[in-house]
Amino acid sequence: MSQASVAVPNPVPVQIPLREIVPWAVFAGILALLVLFFVSTESGAVELFSSNGLLHEFVHDGRHLLAFPCH
Amino acid sequence: MMRTLLVRGLLAGLIAGVLATAFAYVFGEPSVDAAIGIEEAGTAAHDHGGEEPGHSHGAEEALVSRGVQSTIGLFTGVGAYGLAVGGLFAITFAFGYGRVGSLRPRVTAALLAAGAFVVVVLVPFLKYPANPPAVGQSGTIGDRTGLYFAVVALSLATALIAVTAGRALADRLGAWWAGLAAAGGYVVVVAVAAALMPVIDEVPDGFPGSTLWTFRTASLATQLVLWTTVGLVFGALAERVLRPSASAPAPAAQAGRR
Repeated sequence: MSQASVAVPNPVPVQIPLREIVPWAVFAGILALLVLFFVSTESGAVELFSSNGLLHEFVHDGRHLLAFPCH
Repeated sequence: MMRTLLVRGLLAGLIAGVLATAFAYVFGEPSVDAAIGIEEAGTAAHDHGGEEPGHSHGAEEALVSRGVQSTIGLFTGVGAYGLAVGGLFAITFAFGYGRVGSLRPRVTAALLAAGAFVVVVLVPFLKYPANPPAVGQSGTIGDRTGLYFAVVALSLATALIAVTAGRALADRLGAWWAGLAAAGGYVVVVAVAAALMPVIDEVPDGFPGSTLWTFRTASLATQLVLWTTVGLVFGALAERVLRPSASAPAPAAQAGRR
């Protein structure tokens, strides 16, 4: 924020600092992988919650059409 | 900055999920329905025969009706996938922007989306294509899921190595030849690995080839719609954050927002 007062008219390509990306990458990465697991695999090949295949049935068409092995 | 980009990635992912759902509903659902019809005709012999059509899914009990599966269920699945993809896309963009290349944000986003579609969707699809209901034995779901994710992981890892190597080579060979070398290396490694991985062919005898074709093209096109939308929408949104002077007439007023 210290450079806020200096208005550069045509900035050199910005790089977003790694130390700013990494915490968000870990946080959003874990969340995203969790979501992807539930969309793609839960109560299919792996069943963490014994829901009798409820989630598999609910997202069934999306799972097929997104090319995940469904059943 | 990263938070802003992440929010925009999620927004792009959500829009992409909506468009991909609409596409999948129109172009994908007919072949899913056709395949379920074939599945039910096949299992009807040893299952409760006179079952109400369109209200179940083969021999499994109808926990969720077809009407829910093909609408809210489809949207939940594709929309959640789009959100996750949008978030991961924003993060990958942030790592690559200004590091792998010096292209402007929307060009970077478009190229990243095209590359990610090839690496995450197209290459795995060429080895283990999407299958409609009635294709695939239930006993092998564990193996098939494992192999599918293995090929995705392998493709991703190879692509990351290729990008890193290509970036290093670009200083000596120039961007064009380094890019070609990286892409060529990726193709060779992935092709050899795919040739060595086991073949899965569980299409039952008599399953109509045209249904399989329409299902698989619809599946690939659904993914194409999703990734194209993520790339283009995120690119437009990122452009406004990273290059405010290009899209807004008053750069001095915007500069403080960085």
